[in-house]
Amino acid sequence: MTSLALPGAMRSPCPPLRLGLIALLVIAAALSLGTGAAGVSLPQVLGQWLTGAEISTRDRVVLLDIRLPRLVMGLMVGAALAVAGAVMQGLFRNPLADPGIIGVGAGAGLGAVTMIVLSGFLPTAIAAFFGTWLVPVAAFGGAWTATLLLYRVASRGGQVSIATLLLAGIALAALAGALTGILTYLADDTQLRDLTFWGMGSLAGASDMKLLVGGLLIGPALVLTPRLARGLNALALGEATAAHMGHDIERLKHRAVIGVAALAGAAVAMAGGIGFVGIVVPHLLRIAGGPDHKTLLVDAALLGAALLVLADLIARLVVAPAELPIGIVTAILGAPVFLWILIRRQGLGGV
Amino acid sequence: MKRLALIAALLTAGPALAEPARVISLGGAVTEIVAALGAQDRLVARDTTSQYPATITELPDVGYVRALSAEGVLALDPDLILAEATAGPPEAVETLKAAGVDFVALPGDPSVQGVREKIAVVGAALGRVEAAERLTASFDKEMNAVRKSAGAVDTPKRVLFVLSLQNGRVMAGGEGSSAEAIIELAGGVNAATGFAGYKPVTDEAILAADPDVILTMDREGEMAVTERDILAHPALGQTRAAQGGALVAMDGMLLLGFGPRTPQAAQALHAALYPEAEG
Repeated sequence: MTSLALPGAMRSPCPPLRLGLIALLVIAAALSLGTGAAGVSLPQVLGQWLTGAEISTRDRVVLLDIRLPRLVMGLMVGAALAVAGAVMQGLFRNPLADPGIIGVGAGAGLGAVTMIVLSGFLPTAIAAFFGTWLVPVAAFGGAWTATLLLYRVASRGGQVSIATLLLAGIALAALAGALTGILTYLADDTQLRDLTFWGMGSLAGASDMKLLVGGLLIGPALVLTPRLARGLNALALGEATAAHMGHDIERLKHRAVIGVAALAGAAVAMAGGIGFVGIVVPHLLRIAGGPDHKTLLVDAALLGAALLVLADLIARLVVAPAELPIGIVTAILGAPVFLWILIRRQGLGGV
Repeated sequence: MKRLALIAALLTAGPALAEPARVISLGGAVTEIVAALGAQDRLVARDTTSQYPATITELPDVGYVRALSAEGVLALDPDLILAEATAGPPEAVETLKAAGVDFVALPGDPSVQGVREKIAVVGAALGRVEAAERLTASFDKEMNAVRKSAGAVDTPKRVLFVLSLQNGRVMAGGEGSSAEAIIELAGGVNAATGFAGYKPVTDEAILAADPDVILTMDREGEMAVTERDILAHPALGQTRAAQGGALVAMDGMLLLGFGPRTPQAAQALHAALYPEAEG
């Protein structure tokens, strides 16, 4: 069936690409662990550990409490955003689609901003129970609420209209933007700073619990999304054709939306607004390895993870001892790449 | 003799050793207090808002106080961090504490009492209690002098603080803002009422408030609020303040910082509000 969908040249698996991505990921991870403002180097600490020499509290904290959780969060968030983007682009058969279309970004943003501005009004007991979790939980809740709402709006008689999903997504994003505007007005100046920084994303503040909960959502979703590959490949030929080929399109849509909401919702809740990874990574991979979702979905996880970890490294180093919001880095790196891809698609690449 | 000298040396060195040697100060007012206590040489870094005294800007900048990088801060090997109340994010603060750094969060109230509390806490943390008491005493003395001049005012001027003027939108200092606090210390009244903190206000509200004086920060660049902007603004330009040329621009950190220089700020603002009284 898939041989019908894809020309032979594109179908061939691409082990060199996969190997290259794995190598890139390993290098990115090693750089991330071994580099930083504090000047703690990996070989030096490993050496001390092997020879039984004492490792200072500071070095241990830098490596195990700061860099390692950050690395793990970068891997998870990067993989989640890139795979979510690839699935959305497959589902909408549009290379510009990203998880934002189903309301994940708008909902998460509204949830987070609500909590940043209004948490002062919460009963102290509830605020104390959630602690630093208030904003991530609210962001995730907002992402899911928006997704379910849009899905409900776009469903009729058990069928989901992709076009309605897209249009309703635009309306919902506008509404969420307006509500965010009201909350922005209510915010005091420290809250304003907080919500600005939230919107630009950061991998700082990765705690073990955050990683565990995020991992429980992102891990299974990453394992399950490659199962959508055949369906998404068939969908590339159109809904009717895919249905004729025996694919349960409605079930595919349903699973894709749930998967993307879990992936992108958890990613945004953990790290705030990080753009361009979801759009640019799948694009680059389609250029390098072709559009087959069987390879694309796995490769997207690898490349997304590697690129986000590298972006975080840049965010940590450029203005050290301070740090840049990572969303700024992904936009500065991602936007020109995206433009390049667009120009290339226009056939102007050779000019 | 030698032994006595050694004991004497130990006695004098003891407390000095106990004093934190590598200090990071987060928050403009906190940094000013550290400097006023004569401990500026112990600072190894500061945050973006710490701009006074000017030599402080030579120190590394660890960034915005609510978006600290735990590793960046640790890289400077501090043994004490003095931070204004809003310092964060909480995870970074937790990590710094886990790495064995003393983290002192300071009270953050924009008031005279708030400054006194900050001075006391910074003094205790730096092992400079006596210097802190001296600083508080001189602060109180200066403050009393300002209070006296402010109390002599019969008809307080109504002052509008304009934080920014972007795209013609006026951001004003409302109730409970640090701008209102300093205006009142200087013997004025905040003309912007009915909202808390810094908020955009409508042109009609500005015309209705009709302040006697417009107060701004004298900063440069894109965020600057210039006299020309104010006079050209449809609402601000029609106020009594603009018509009478009563426009006051002051250093932002001095004006709103609520540190040891607050009496100076209040005195300077008072003099600007009531030039006739100064004769």
